[in-house]
Parts: sequence; structure tokens; C-alpha cells
Amino acid sequence: MEQQLEASTLGMWVFLVTEVMFFGGMFMVYILYRVLYPEAWVMGSNHLNVTLGALNTGVLICSSLTMALAVRSAQIGSRSGQVVNLILTIVLGSVFLIVKYFEYAEKFEHHLVPGPHFDMSLPEAPHQQLFFSIYFMLTGVHAAHMVVGIGLMLVILTMAMRGRFSSSYYTPVEVSGLYWHFVDIVWIFLFPLLYLLGAHLGAH
Amino acid sequence: MSHAIGTTGTSYLDAPHGLASWLLTKDHKRIAMLYLISITIFFAVGAMFAATIRAELATPQGDLLDSDMYNKIFTLHGVVMIFFFLIPSIPAVLGNFLLPIMCGTKDLAFPRINLLSWYIFIAGAIITLAAVFNGGVDTGWTFYTPYSSIASESSVTVAALGVFVTGFSSILTGLNFIVTVHRMRAPGLTWFRLPLFVWAIYATSLVMILGTPVVAITVLLVAAERALHLGFFDPTRGGDPVLFQHLFWFYSHPAVYIMILPAMGVMSELVAAVSRKQVFGYSFVAFSSLAIAVLGFLVWGHHLFVSSQSIYAGLVFSIITMLVAVPSAVKTFNWTATMYKGSVTWESPTYWVVGFMGLFTIGGLTGLFLATMGLDIHLTDTYFVVAHFHYIMVGGAIMGYLGGMHFWWPKMTGRLYSEAGAKASAILVFVGFNLTFFPQFLLGYMGMPRRYHAYPPEWQVLNVLSSAGASVLAIGYLLPAFYLTYSLIKGAKAPANPWGAKGLEWTIPSPPPTFNFEDDVVVDEPAYNYKPAREVHVG
Repeated sequence: MEQQLEASTLGMWVFLVTEVMFFGGMFMVYILYRVLYPEAWVMGSNHLNVTLGALNTGVLICSSLTMALAVRSAQIGSRSGQVVNLILTIVLGSVFLIVKYFEYAEKFEHHLVPGPHFDMSLPEAPHQQLFFSIYFMLTGVHAAHMVVGIGLMLVILTMAMRGRFSSSYYTPVEVSGLYWHFVDIVWIFLFPLLYLLGAHLGAH
Repeated sequence: MSHAIGTTGTSYLDAPHGLASWLLTKDHKRIAMLYLISITIFFAVGAMFAATIRAELATPQGDLLDSDMYNKIFTLHGVVMIFFFLIPSIPAVLGNFLLPIMCGTKDLAFPRINLLSWYIFIAGAIITLAAVFNGGVDTGWTFYTPYSSIASESSVTVAALGVFVTGFSSILTGLNFIVTVHRMRAPGLTWFRLPLFVWAIYATSLVMILGTPVVAITVLLVAAERALHLGFFDPTRGGDPVLFQHLFWFYSHPAVYIMILPAMGVMSELVAAVSRKQVFGYSFVAFSSLAIAVLGFLVWGHHLFVSSQSIYAGLVFSIITMLVAVPSAVKTFNWTATMYKGSVTWESPTYWVVGFMGLFTIGGLTGLFLATMGLDIHLTDTYFVVAHFHYIMVGGAIMGYLGGMHFWWPKMTGRLYSEAGAKASAILVFVGFNLTFFPQFLLGYMGMPRRYHAYPPEWQVLNVLSSAGASVLAIGYLLPAFYLTYSLIKGAKAPANPWGAKGLEWTIPSPPPTFNFEDDVVVDEPAYNYKPAREVHVG
């Protein structure tokens, strides 16, 4: 049992290393173009909805708390604690995706989605298009990870409701918790890099 | 070793029968066999594309294929051989089969993930095949932008998704190996008692988990650019095509070491076994694997000498690239030193060992030519490059793979094969290989570009030699298909240790029982403890 927990935890950490490399590729694209086109980045950032972004940041931080509480409940063997906290985590994750949906819809309305319909009247339009390409790619892939995470939590929730976990066996809860926290951390990087850049540099 | 030879128990091949018992198996040995069958098929497919290419190039005119078809054939040759044969070959077949046994454990850390990775591999292959039937891909296996993202009208998106999916299989396999080596080793099996094959697979796994996600995101960006009109690499939207090359080679150069490091691990095992000696400088060979894995991530820029990269960046990449020669030479010299004054016998694995060392040395030394910036500008995109990477990837990786298959075949199947057939195959592959690829060095030096389906008539002699060599090579590859299959039906039963080799895998019956070891294993001696030498039982 001890060996299993250690192996699973190490396995998840190694997997998260691959995830860091995966997002790392996109961050590298972000850094490079931000250095090349700083003005376009500031202007692009000003088109993002900081209020909704901040709201989502708060939602995700709360979900990390409920996830940590779910792991804690599993460790002390409280089944109701696990179920309540997992449900809260799933609800908060879903709220995040719903807010994201409204944000995306707003971008479509204002022709800020790269492609043939992009609003070319914007200053530095081609490079702003690049900013929005990176915005949609990073947040899109992050949202896909949230969907996977919510799916994972639904499985863990069913297992928890069947009483599969006890204070001596809670590996799946702990390991999927690691994944959930990782996805949150990615957002903690995305929010300032994408949303706060314009406000901070204060241009226009 | 504390474990007794000859304990009986149903072998993993005989255990439950039926297709379902294989397709739902969690036994690492059966999964290795599933991989063996699938990658053998992909090798045959890739080889047929190669044969078509060599047939086309036998004459200076493009009379067999038009240029569009030729582009699609060489792309598929590259994609199939690299992503579906070379990268998975040794880790997924020999690694899966041997790593748990060499670590003295009953299975890998995550048996179900291991099976899942095979299914993901097959799914990725099916998606890529869908691209073939959907008109093919004409970008070359490197998917260079902006051609792949804007201009090409072939099924780039589908092929890219196929590669993306296959990458997950690689990641999961690497993850499984790393966790197994860290957490599942038998008591007494310290890091420096591990067989060098395990060290090599461990280093390979590190490259897999750090590199594969980067190519995954890169092909995803290309797919997104094609499907959603995002513009990362498209200059009209402010993007930069050279960025693609940086991202792509950050994985794809280390990927060369995913192919060659396991082959080096196989060689270390074979060299020790055929010379019946402790590997000379064990820890140097072990650490050189890690050194190659680390350096492999720092040299991608040598693919960009003729891009917009600055000359200073080129200089740095040139120097670091040359550094890779150091650990590679450490290995080669240590193998030679191991064989020196060893009791070398000329069994079939010895032939593959010697062939590997010859071809890998030529491939490695010509790599230094290409690492030299000034020379590379002359040689870029010529047949010199084609010859160089075939010497490493075919001459190194496939020789290593075939050598390993011959060495462990009796263990994996419980049958002995024809020694004469195996020796003939090794010699044919060696001769055919040199005949195929050595003329390409000359052609490249004279300036024949790669990826062209027609060329000036004065280059025909060398091209005909190369195509003739490819036929010899083909016979060399086909031969094992016959005598190995024959051995399954009529071959003599293999003893537990036909080569008189050391290592945990030789202490259990051939083929091994489902759970490998009857009792818990305790290791109390270093790897390759060849004193006194054992007798050889091969007829």
C-alpha cells in the first residue's frame, strides 16, 4: 500500500512535469512575441475583461481550497466531508467554465477572434491578432484541462460516495488533487500575463 | 543471484488463451508482444515507402512518381518510421519486456496505464493512416511552417493530430519506466547494480517526458493555425515561421536520442555477454547516458544554422553539439575496451554488436561534419544529411534493435532460431546498409539536394549503387522474418540461459512465467559479475 501511494504520487508528479513542458511551449511563444510587439500586447490586454478574469481567479482559488479540504476529509476518513467538498469543487470548476463562455462570446461579438472576421481597424491589427491567437490557445487549452479535471472529480465523487476511500487508502483523491492544483496554478500565471498587462503598463 | 534456475510455472505465453486475454492483458510481457507485432507492421509499411523512393531515384528522370506523389511518399516514410517504428521500437518492445524483470519486480508500476499506452499508440496510428487515405501529407515529417500551416492542401491537420495522440503513448510509457526504476527495484538492487540497459531506458524516459509535450503543443499550434486561423507562425498575422523550427527541434533533436540511447543500452548488455566480462567503466557508461540525455536538449539550434539565427547563437549550438561526441565516444571506447581480451565468441549477437559499432562510429563522426557551422552551410538539405541520420537512426537504432531481438528472442519466445540465418542476416544488413547510404555521403557532398525526385544524369551511378544496396538491405531485413517465424513453430526449446549471460532475466525460465519470479528477489552482487565464465549452449 505504502509503495502504491508513493508510486502513484511520483507518477502524477512526473506527469505534471510533462504538463509544465506542454504549457511551457505556449509560454515561450507568449514571451517571444511580447518582447517583439510590446504595444500590441498592452492594447490587446486592454480588450480583455479584467473583472471576469478576477472573478474566475477567485473562483479557482476557492476550488483549490475545497479540493484540499476533500483530501483532508479523505485522510481523516470523513465520507460526508469528501462528498461535500468534491461537489463544491465540481460546482466551482463549472462556474469557471460558464464565466469563460461569456468572455469568449464577448470576444466573438467584438470581432476579436483571429481569422477572416478579425476587426482590422484596430491599431497594430496583425500583431493584436497574434495576441488574441495566444489568448485563445492558452485559455482554451487551460479550459480543456478544467473539463478533464471536472470529469476526474466526478469519478472520484462516485468512488467517495461508494465509500471506497478510508484513512488508510485515499491515493486517488490525493493524486487527482495534485492535478487540480496544477490546473489552478496555470491560471494564476495566465491571469496577470494576459489580463493585467495593459492595466499595469497603463498605456491608452 | 539468490534466485534458483529452473523453477516451473505456466509461462506468460501459455497462461490464459484467447484474443481477449491478450487485448485486455496487464502483463508487461504480453504488452511488449503487442507492440512487437504492431511496430513490425509499421516497419514493413515504412520500408515499402523507402523502396518506392529508391526505385524512383534509380533513374535521373521522375518517371515513376510525379513530384506531388513523391513528396507524399517520403513524408509518409519519415512519419511512419520515426513516430511509429524508431521511437517506440526498443523502449516499447524490449524495454517493456525486460525492464521489470531486470528490476526484479513482477510488473511495471502502472500495468493498466501500460496497456492504455498501447491502445493510444494504435489510435494515433489509425488517425495518421486516415490522413494517408484522405490524400496524404506532403510537408515532410518535420511539418515545417508556413508551408504546412498555410500553403499545403494535404491532410496536415489529421496527420498532426495522429502524431499528437501517439505522443501520449510515449509519455505514459516513459512515466511508467521512471516510476518503476525509482520505486519498484528489488531489495539490494542499488542504482549502481542496475544493468546498463535499465540506465539507458531511464535516460530515454527522461527525454520522452520532457520532450514529447513540446512537440505535442507544437503540432497542436499548427493544427489550430490551420483549423481556427490562429496565426502563430503566419507572417501575415505577425507570426514567425522560424519559431516553429525552434519549438519543433527542441523535441525532435532529443528524439534522436530517444532512438539511439536504448540501442546503446542494448549494446552494453550484448558486449558484456559476448565478451563474458564486466563492462569496462560501468559508471562512465551509465552516466554517459544521462549526459547524452541532458546535452540532447541543448543542441536543437544546429538545425537552424541557415535560418535567421544569429551567428553567435550558431556558434554556441555548434560547440554544444560537438560536446555530444564526448559521451558517445566514452561509450564506444568502453565497449571496445570490454571486448579487448574478453572471451569473445562469434555467436549471432556478436555480429550485430560489431555491425552496430562500425555503423554508429561512421554516423557519429559525420555528425561532427554537420555540427561545424561553415561546412553545414554547404551540406544543409543535401543527401549528406540524409546519409548521416540514416547511419545513426538505421545503422545505430535498427542494428541495436535487431541485435537485442536476437539476443533476447530465446527468452521472449522460449525458442532457439537458426544461428546461420541470423549471421547471414547481420552480414547482409551491414553490407546492404553501407552500399545504400555510403554513396549518399558522396552525392550530398557533390550537392545533390534531398526531397527531389529527379536529378542530373551525372549522379546516376551513385544513385543506382544506393538503390541496389537498398535491395540487399531488404533481403537482410526479410530473412529474420522467416527464420524467427520458423523458430516459433519448429525451433528447439531454449534453455533458461542460452548465452551463459548474467542478469536477472537469465535466472528465470524461458519464456518467463506470468509473474516473472516465483519468490521475492534479493540482489547481492554487481551487474555483469562474470567470474567464472559460463559455458555456451547454442548449437
